[in-house]
Amino acid sequence: MSEGPLIEIRNLRKIYRAGKVEVHALRGVDLAAARGEFLSVVGPSGSGKSTLFHILGGLTSATSGQVLVAGKDLAAMGDAQRTELRKKTVSFVFQRFNLLPNLTAADNIALARYISGNGSQEPDPQFGKTLELLGIAARMQHKPNELSGGEQQRVAVARALVNHPAILLADEPTGNLDTQNSVAVLELLRDLNRRLGQTILMITHNSEAAAYGDRIVHMRDGQIEPSLPIW
Amino acid sequence: MTARLVMENLRHRPLRTGLSVFLIGVPVTLILTLAGLSRGMLEDSARRSRGVGADIIVRPPGTSAFNLSGAPLPEGIVRRLAEEPHVVQATGVLVHFLPPFTSVNGVDWEAINLMSGGFRFLEGGPFQGPYDVIVDQFYARERNVHAGDRVDIMNRDWRVAGVIEPGKLARVMAPLATMQDLTASSRRISQVYLKLESPSHIPKVKAALKALPGLENYPIYSVEELATLVSVSNIPQLNAFINVVVAISVVIGFAVVFLSMYTAVLQRTREIGIMKSLGASRWMVLRIILTEALLLGLAGTILGVLLAYGSRWLVFALAPASLTQAIVPAWWPRAGLIALVAALFGALYPGVRAARQDPVEALAYE
Repeated sequence: MSEGPLIEIRNLRKIYRAGKVEVHALRGVDLAAARGEFLSVVGPSGSGKSTLFHILGGLTSATSGQVLVAGKDLAAMGDAQRTELRKKTVSFVFQRFNLLPNLTAADNIALARYISGNGSQEPDPQFGKTLELLGIAARMQHKPNELSGGEQQRVAVARALVNHPAILLADEPTGNLDTQNSVAVLELLRDLNRRLGQTILMITHNSEAAAYGDRIVHMRDGQIEPSLPIW
Repeated sequence: MTARLVMENLRHRPLRTGLSVFLIGVPVTLILTLAGLSRGMLEDSARRSRGVGADIIVRPPGTSAFNLSGAPLPEGIVRRLAEEPHVVQATGVLVHFLPPFTSVNGVDWEAINLMSGGFRFLEGGPFQGPYDVIVDQFYARERNVHAGDRVDIMNRDWRVAGVIEPGKLARVMAPLATMQDLTASSRRISQVYLKLESPSHIPKVKAALKALPGLENYPIYSVEELATLVSVSNIPQLNAFINVVVAISVVIGFAVVFLSMYTAVLQRTREIGIMKSLGASRWMVLRIILTEALLLGLAGTILGVLLAYGSRWLVFALAPASLTQAIVPAWWPRAGLIALVAALFGALYPGVRAARQDPVEALAYE
């Protein structure tokens, strides 16, 4: 099973209905990503990047087309199975960090473990290394409003990794960060990819950020642009 | 972990939490106060009946353990009953209700004083004239009167002859003849107290009294019987009233929790989206909301119980003679259950709404 690509998307379409208007967010996307790849998805706002991620992450369903994640067809999944997918297989890092404001950093991470059903076990030693790599071990007892944006995002990355997802989906992870913190988070993602073999898909519209990926695909008007531009 | 999240959510909005707990607590207090007042007043009345020192009470036909008013019995019955075997002493009293909760008892002072083993005066002493009253300590405190003061009862001016220790017969006693005169019940009384040679004769004497010609339809109770008859469940009107208060409490509890949780769910739309993005199932989201509501209900119950002690203190401070409130622990779980059920139902709709939240929309929520 591990022979084929980890993610395989064929002719993916998504149509929203906003009132009486149909919005074609995705118009036949074809994309594949291998295990251990760090893929940057670049495109202007409204190009369908986020919709693509939401479908990949099982947050919403496609209108038509096929999405295979680790050999499983997302189109055939019901709500419960997509919930299961979010628990075990994919996880998100968001532009706005999206930590629960009332919980400490440690509890935010513990909550993700609890939701995935691993809450009762001790975190494995591997995760300790991840925390070290992230450089937030000393900030774990603080609540999000006591952490800087960079720290919050690193906690969010830790939360995303705690259940060892097959795929990390990062949606504009540096969009709310200053340059210094952006570089730190991006280097972190590259480290995670290189050292731990973490498969990462990252949305960005910053070309410098995109360059951290092994490969860059461009989206426009709900489609993947065929040609690779040269930076 | 659910518990941690719920606790942090409750702590994060102390005003909302506090107000919800308070508003759930108030109807709980209402129920407990009502139950406590019913129980307390009935127990107090039973205690005062016991304090008379009688063994048997004879009441007129058509009355029950709870309703007694007017003076339908001819006074002569007292002498007739006193002649029965094993009866040591008989005395009649005239009960006149003072709305809402007190009564004046017209008494033959010598007889009632003898039967009860003697009243203990805290101030003053027995009647000296026809318009003298003897009041108990609670009544004196409520009306703020002392021995020798004038007091208005039944639209008449009375002199307080004495203040007695509470716990025997009535809070207000007046000479029997005066009361008969005032209520136009010349030579009539409301009920008869009998003291026997020994309580062991009670069944025998009761049977003998029932067999007397003309007394077949008279309710005849031993004092202990009367005390056991005096319970809330034996009064249908009171039960109906309590049920109404319970229903209102359920509605208030439901509405409070509904609004509180509805607002909380709206405020936490994004957080619910985050949890869903982490893989939280609908059931988990619903469970968190319901747990929070149950905690509010539980805290409201505890506060309600504490406030019931407060209301008892208030009742005792303001109206010690009119109202007696007991603390009824048997009602705590009942009131708690009412609060919890109301909270659970109140949280159901907001909870289901949260559980069904579309994660993409929730995450985009500002």
